[in-house]
Amino acid sequence: MNDPVDVLIIGAGASGAAVAWSLAETKMHILCLEQGGWMNPAQYPSTGRDWEARFWGDYSPSPNIRGRREDYPINDDNSPIKVVNFNAVGGSTIFYTAHFPRLHPSDFRVKSLDGVADDWPVDYDTLAPFFAENDRMMGVSGLAGDPAVPPRDPPMPPLPMGRSGAIFAKAMNRLGWHWWPSDTTVATVDYEGRAKCINLGHCTPACAQGAKASTDITYWPVAQRAGVELKTHCRVHEITTNGDGMAAGVVYYDADGKEQFQAAHVVVLACNGIGTPRLLLNSTSGKFPNGLANSSGLVGRNLMFHPYAQVYGYVADETDSNRAPPTCLWSKEFYETDRSRGFVRGYSFQFGRGVGPIMEAVTSEQKGLLPWGAAHHAVFRRLNGHRLTLSAICEDLPEAHNRVTLDPVLKDCHGIPAPKIDYTIGENTARMMAHGIARAKDVLAACEATDICVNSPILYGGWHLLGTARMGTDPESSVVNEWGRSHDVKNLFIVDGSLFVTSGGVNPTSTIQALALYVADQMKQRLANLFD
Amino acid sequence: MPADNPLTPAQEADLAAIAGFIIPASDEFDVPGADDPAIQADMLATLGRDAPLVREALDVLARLAGAPLGDLDPARREAVALALRAVGGPAVAALTRVVLQCYYRDDRVVRSLGLEPRPPYPQGHVLPDGDWSLLDPVRARPPLWRRA
Ligand SMILES: Cc1cc2nc3c(=O)[nH]c(=O)nc-3n(C[C@H](O)[C@H](O)[C@H](O)COP(=O)(O)OP(=O)(O)OC[C@H]3O[C@@H](n4cnc5c(N)ncnc54)[C@H](O)[C@@H]3O)c2cc1C
Ligand code: SF4
Repeated sequence: MNDPVDVLIIGAGASGAAVAWSLAETKMHILCLEQGGWMNPAQYPSTGRDWEARFWGDYSPSPNIRGRREDYPINDDNSPIKVVNFNAVGGSTIFYTAHFPRLHPSDFRVKSLDGVADDWPVDYDTLAPFFAENDRMMGVSGLAGDPAVPPRDPPMPPLPMGRSGAIFAKAMNRLGWHWWPSDTTVATVDYEGRAKCINLGHCTPACAQGAKASTDITYWPVAQRAGVELKTHCRVHEITTNGDGMAAGVVYYDADGKEQFQAAHVVVLACNGIGTPRLLLNSTSGKFPNGLANSSGLVGRNLMFHPYAQVYGYVADETDSNRAPPTCLWSKEFYETDRSRGFVRGYSFQFGRGVGPIMEAVTSEQKGLLPWGAAHHAVFRRLNGHRLTLSAICEDLPEAHNRVTLDPVLKDCHGIPAPKIDYTIGENTARMMAHGIARAKDVLAACEATDICVNSPILYGGWHLLGTARMGTDPESSVVNEWGRSHDVKNLFIVDGSLFVTSGGVNPTSTIQALALYVADQMKQRLANLFD
Repeated sequence: MPADNPLTPAQEADLAAIAGFIIPASDEFDVPGADDPAIQADMLATLGRDAPLVREALDVLARLAGAPLGDLDPARREAVALALRAVGGPAVAALTRVVLQCYYRDDRVVRSLGLEPRPPYPQGHVLPDGDWSLLDPVRARPPLWRRA
């Protein structure tokens, strides 16, 4: 029997790490259970000659392809976008590309401004100090002064523009469209014990140099030094409740596969937008027959992905290809609502730098650009090292039928029911994607690129997992309250991407972590009457 | 089939033949074909989790060819190879990827592309900083974000 803990956090990814670090100063007994283990950067793909090939094997972003014991399968057959993630200390930040924009102020007020979806119960100004704190903890590189976003002050200088950035920048200036060097969590100078980026070009899947901020090397070492306990290879099966309808603790499988019970006074869920609803739906009881914290029926509903409309082409000049971090510039030219475009809300452009030779060969062969036979070599030399890519990150609106449920058949290696995804791209989003593709083609035309290719949506592009346990003030239309506490279970909190009311049109992790720090701060302020 | 060899001798021969068709040797670019023995050895040694799909693709190839691919005359070989490509699907995609990923990590091939045959880590690469005065017209714009 394990001793009860004050706070039990489930999941050691982006949000779990942030909440653990923030709560550590309370000196409570805090334990985090994570189904994955610590990663060893010496074994990351970029250390070997097979660095590109492992993307299709043990370092695939898809848990279904990767199939590590630490992964759980996901039935995403009924979705045009497949879920990608990573399960380890650091969570999906081990794999993420480190593009680090924040949601805009308007993203928290979509109903008031644009008459769609719902407003958030928090706003940008409330989160602003937590964005800044997170930027410092993760280590953000960027350039102040961007007229498209509220003022912010990244602690490190931006990534170099490089060859690809320079070509895009000139093209965007010709079009008169906004662009700016992206905020990223790639260290551009030595930062808090992290060595600076040396342009391995392989941030996704994982940075062997330790320059990219995954939470195993940012928040976790500090949180552990402050006394937080982290147990790895512990997969939580269900959250149990007591007679008062409060969370009592969790049942989990330890590293030896043995079932254990861990009692806790407070449970914090940080398993991401798929893992969190899965766990809540797996936690049924007489009092909670439809899953825990689910009196609204909204657990698992309103799943948002941010469909990516990716367009690329080839220029005569050499690009950075894989010899640089994939992050480069962003554009917010089409971010804020302009109804004349035929849709509401908007998208960011995320500009990439190119790909390595094997990725180039495999993808251009699949597109039919790269021939078989004698002509292969000449065509490959024209394509390789000449690719320019940009993607429209399109705001997905919440729709109840886009959802996570439990698969009736599929189970993980511990026999726990796996999640099932049902998702379609909404009409507004589809119009936005078409607009994004057309504008991306304009950009590539201004770069004088040829052989234009489109991936829309990116098939294995379900990397932003949002909305499946939304926050709100009304228990009938939200799962948690305005500071992350379950409406139904007063000692249960959620801090991951499930909280999002709407998705915005930017990569979400900066906002996920700012929200986690905000929820932790609210908990600290209310410790005396947390359950009232 | 021995446990350490994922393909039969006939499948190995067909793999070499189709690889050599997809990427033939070139005097012009001074590169071997993908049927080169070292590249073939890499494919067999690292087939791993791709083996079932590659075997499936080679079975399709064998049916299309009706004989060892290498024994066919060049015109027939080309017709069979292109028919295989037209079949498509996960198995043919896996076979093609295995050929491409082993070919484009061969030292001779990598050098012929003007690249260094080494893993990215620990040496990394150098990235030019660029001309940040390109941002001047953007800096001059009024705020684009909506106050809410
Ligand atoms: C390929 C890729 C590229 C990406 N690029 C970007 C980017 O450029 N910018 C950006 O902002 N975002 C990016 N993302 C998304 C980003 O990684 C996520 O938004 C972020 O990590 C989500 O944080 P989270 O805390 O919600 O979940 P995660 O970081 O996914 O952490 C969840 C953790 O919970 C654990 N867990 C789940 N279930 C259980 C259980 N039952 N028991 C125990 N542990 C459990 C998991 O193992 C995992 O470690 C990318 C993601 C991927 C996969
Ligand atoms: S490009 Fe930089 S951040 Fe990315 S993997 Fe390489 S060293 Fe790490």
